[in-house]
Amino acid sequence: MSEPVFELENTGYSYMDGLVALDNISLQVMPGERVVILGVNGSGKSTLIKIMDGLYFPTTGECRAFGVALTERQFRNEEFAFSFRRKVGLLFQDPDVQLFSPTVWNEVAFAPLQLGLPEREIKERVEDALETLGIQHLKERAPYQLSEGEKKKVALASLLSLDPQVWLMDEPTANLDPRTQGWVIDFLLSLADRGKTLVLAIHELEVAQIVAQRIYVLGEDHRMAAQGSPDEILGNNDLLARANLIHVHRHFHGGDVHRHPHVHKHDHHG
Amino acid sequence: MFFYRKDFVARTLAELTEALQRAVFTHRYARLPGLLQRVDPRVKLVTLMVFLIGAAMAHRIETLMGLYAFSLFLAIISRVPLGFFLKRVWFFIPIFAGIIAVPAIFNVITPGRPVFTVFRFPDPISLLGLVHIPAEITVTEQGLKGAAIFVIRVADSVSLAVLLVITTEWMRLLSALSAFRFPRMGILMLAMTYRYIFLFLRVAEEMFLARRSRTVGHTPAREKRRWIAGGTAFLLNRSYNLGNEVYLAMLSRGWNGRARVLEELHAGWLDALWAAFSLLILVAIVFSEKGIG
Ligand SMILES: Nc1ncnc2c1ncn2[C@@H]1O[C@H](COP(=O)(O)OP(=O)(O)OP(=O)(O)O)[C@@H](O)[C@H]1O
Ligand SMILES: [Mg+2]
Repeated sequence: MSEPVFELENTGYSYMDGLVALDNISLQVMPGERVVILGVNGSGKSTLIKIMDGLYFPTTGECRAFGVALTERQFRNEEFAFSFRRKVGLLFQDPDVQLFSPTVWNEVAFAPLQLGLPEREIKERVEDALETLGIQHLKERAPYQLSEGEKKKVALASLLSLDPQVWLMDEPTANLDPRTQGWVIDFLLSLADRGKTLVLAIHELEVAQIVAQRIYVLGEDHRMAAQGSPDEILGNNDLLARANLIHVHRHFHGGDVHRHPHVHKHDHHG
Repeated sequence: MFFYRKDFVARTLAELTEALQRAVFTHRYARLPGLLQRVDPRVKLVTLMVFLIGAAMAHRIETLMGLYAFSLFLAIISRVPLGFFLKRVWFFIPIFAGIIAVPAIFNVITPGRPVFTVFRFPDPISLLGLVHIPAEITVTEQGLKGAAIFVIRVADSVSLAVLLVITTEWMRLLSALSAFRFPRMGILMLAMTYRYIFLFLRVAEEMFLARRSRTVGHTPAREKRRWIAGGTAFLLNRSYNLGNEVYLAMLSRGWNGRARVLEELHAGWLDALWAAFSLLILVAIVFSEKGIG
């Protein structure tokens, strides 16, 4: 059995104002695995993903990546920071924060440049990434001139040019039209085919159904509510209702009012 | 009336964002085959800084005028359209210079030979023995000259700064700063400022639009004030959070404080030529200040 990519042990995180965002989280991600973290708005998915990327550090417990505990001190070691950043990429929930360069081309070139790759390889990688995502025509544009879907693709291209082993993705399919959403899912699966490790924070059950090999459910109390295979989790309506991932809606059927559990087909929260 | 004002705020914000995006951070001119675009960003940074210092130290109106003509010449040979350049520079000047230069033309601030009288009090006024206002308020020759020097100096500085920014790609400018061992923190702040301005304006614009879409009819003044106070706090807080996220996003993709660009920076013969030319201009400034030019 190979070493886990991520290993969280009783990890907790509180923001500056003392607000608990994560409480006693333990989880494991193995190489090549597709893990989905499910949770409603505010349950702590983004916080968890940022801890796994070494951007926040656990206030209690530990988060190990490739067997090394991620701490602020560890990241002051430039060699470690360099190799970690090269191996792990993070897609931010809000593409606006991720796109900070003046043009799309610069954006996609950012990570390979920071890693000090030779010029020819950088150009190759950027062109490849732009082509894979079908956005060559956008390369001279500024990020603020893009639509939401285009921004998402540019953000994905900017990770693809880094070509990390591990892809952490915060809501990769939110706010997209069905066609673009389908396209992104195919893209994720193609990454998995290439042996990449995927950790996805999402709240859409249909996406989890397609992508996940293992699911962790974050409760509204910021604790781990459940973990298991997609069938175990997605087949358990009680569990999903407790985590507020499904709603009991009132529906009209031929004049009568029925109540029955209802799986969200669309993002209600935006 | 009220609706008009609300529209005005939202519209101004939108226009400001547009203007900034198009003008200040535009890449259109950084890629043109002009002179300044071809100069190594490090060399350009140093030479334009020297001119900036020159403008700050010069006292003769002739020197400052000469420097201004020089900046126009630079704009032309760098293929920056003059209309665009003049508008960009003179858009900011009234804001900064007007506040300081206009009061300075009066004898209250700059005593001297009167040019014409604006107002006459029956007697001189003395407030608590601290502030003395003469009976006759005049515009003085020294005041006018001082104000003119000040305005031209500001125009010189803004012109040079605008030239530097619009003829250099942002990342190349940052990497030039990195090359001079400019502190990493400072470079980070500059890199962030660039994004921060947009985030701030975007959040502000969205906030006004969101409010407008929710407002029907008339809002009492008190509520309006409360909304503005609360809104400002929200705006600062939200754009602070966004700014912080941008920093995390940069860290996540390997940012370590050194800005890098694709082409290694290398200074060539053109840079040597430009540096020599700049030295000549500097000598001209010094001579002009001594009254020989
Ligand atoms: N910068 C911050 N400062 C203080 N509290 C924060 C901050 N960011 C998030 N929180 C709080 O931490 C908790 C978890 O937030 P987080 O963003 O991780 O949730 P999430 O599951 O990603 O939600 P969403 O689905 O809305 O993206 C929330 O209660 C939130 O209010
Ligand atoms: Mg989130």
